[in-house]
Amino acid sequence: MAKKLLDLLTQRFGSEVILETSSDHGDDTAVIAPGQWREVAMFLRNDPACKLDRFVDLCGADYPNRLPRLEVIAHLHSLVHNHRLRIKTRIGDEACDGAIVPSLVAVWEGANWFERETFDMFGIRFADHPDLRRILTYDEFEGHPLRKDYPATKTQPLVPYREGNDVIGKLEPFSSDEGLSFGRKHLDYVKEEA
Amino acid sequence: MEPLDVEVDENSLELPSDPMQLLMGPSHPAMHGTVRIILDLSGETVVKADVQIGYLHRGFEKSCERGTWNQVFPYVDRCNYSSPMLNNVGYALAVEKLCGITVPERCQYYRVIMGELARMADHLVCNAAMAMELGAFTPFLWWCRAREMIFDIFEEETGARVTHSFGRIGGMAQAPTARFKEQVRAALPKFLASSEEGISLLERNRIFMDRTMNVSPISAADATALGWTGPCLRSTGVAYDIRKAHPYLVYDRFDFDVPIGTVGDNFDRFMCRCEEIRQSARIVEQALAQMPDDGPVNVDDPRFVFPDKREVYSTIESTIRHFKIVMDGVPVPAGEAYGYTEAANGELGFYVVSDGSGTPFRVRIRPPSFAMVQGLSKLITGQMIPDIIPTFGSLNMIGGECDH
Repeated sequence: MAKKLLDLLTQRFGSEVILETSSDHGDDTAVIAPGQWREVAMFLRNDPACKLDRFVDLCGADYPNRLPRLEVIAHLHSLVHNHRLRIKTRIGDEACDGAIVPSLVAVWEGANWFERETFDMFGIRFADHPDLRRILTYDEFEGHPLRKDYPATKTQPLVPYREGNDVIGKLEPFSSDEGLSFGRKHLDYVKEEA
Repeated sequence: MEPLDVEVDENSLELPSDPMQLLMGPSHPAMHGTVRIILDLSGETVVKADVQIGYLHRGFEKSCERGTWNQVFPYVDRCNYSSPMLNNVGYALAVEKLCGITVPERCQYYRVIMGELARMADHLVCNAAMAMELGAFTPFLWWCRAREMIFDIFEEETGARVTHSFGRIGGMAQAPTARFKEQVRAALPKFLASSEEGISLLERNRIFMDRTMNVSPISAADATALGWTGPCLRSTGVAYDIRKAHPYLVYDRFDFDVPIGTVGDNFDRFMCRCEEIRQSARIVEQALAQMPDDGPVNVDDPRFVFPDKREVYSTIESTIRHFKIVMDGVPVPAGEAYGYTEAANGELGFYVVSDGSGTPFRVRIRPPSFAMVQGLSKLITGQMIPDIIPTFGSLNMIGGECDH
């Protein structure tokens, strides 16, 4: 069923855009060139034979031993035809530079938070995203935690009290010498890896 | 005293018309879940809402990359603490899909029954919390009592009330106890009676109806594009249930209905959950009748399943086997798979990538409530502040899975 989808995609866009297709474990996958990412997504949503109208998931993955290093993976589903498709695109060099993909928010509204999460966790930027902020961590967070070179034991520095238009003026909860020492740096057994 | 209905020239009144900013949360007493909503208000009407999550972020996906595949089960438990069993089953199915193994039939029924019980408990708690936040405390207490009956079954079967960590790749941690069927059969009618009792308090309750009907409706097209699933999507009239559309385990053998709503407002979401509790009970009854009384629970594959304890202590082969599973983990072949199940809140997906070692390379959870909370700002824009509370309650945000 969905094998037809992959054939249709390859026919429509050619091997320049559809770099690779596979069907393992019952999941059909198409690897798409990053430049045509949104174009292909738009086609998948609108084409009557595809009609992938339900946005399921979007996430990243980091393969440090491979180039391009980062991967954006989206899962799609069609309520009309009841088939599923996984699309991927690969970006970024060894230092994760140039990791920019066109945003899919214009195609599926639901991609918004999922792209923000992928940006937060992997540092992949989404061009034309309406509101690309960190979502699970905070603005002052250093690094991108799901990259393989981010040590799992790393602790984050204390952040000074924030100012901004979304913070109503109020007193700081503690002065600088009060309060809890956040993080586990004071424990002997936690060694900072990097 | 002057009469109150004195004629006033309204043009002469000067009322401040600037929008006001209000921070709601992160720990608002009337919301269950840690979320901050930055509201721009005009009077009491929400003009703009910025929903900020992440207060419960604990690096679930990063933690998964540090242990073996089976050591992920305690983490998925804590992703949805209302129905951990469904998460256990969902994760186990995703990894089993990658390994290409199918658990024996008895285990499939066991997973279905335990999962449906967890779904009933989850829906009940969601509805109870929503009603409580609207001031109806009685159904909350009655339904918590009903939930206890399910928790008692879980305690008997798994040894834990909430976080069971009961799933295993290739089976379950334990076989069903001898009194399992008897216990479920005894508890189910009592549970349903208690659930119905609570529904009867709310279903035609004027206050409850006024607070929920036509409050925060959403269209089917919007809900689909936002990635909604589960009762929230079905309340808009889309009859999509993974148990029907892509049957997994033995769901294709049961006769059950998929309840749908019409306008997708808070009342529809509430009623969809109420009806799903009844449908889950139907599934449990059928599964109890069909489930074989004996037979293996775990797959017959020494690479995935622990050997019998007596053999571990008496034969060297079993000792080695036990050691290998504990130290190296189960051998999941290199590759990737996306396993999806119908959890209580909707599609719970696990995208798992293996590099062939015993440690997961990447475990991605696709939490249903992440997509739901994403739609919250759309739902509450244009509504009044008091409507935020039932709307938030009806989405059933589970902080653990939403914030990963």
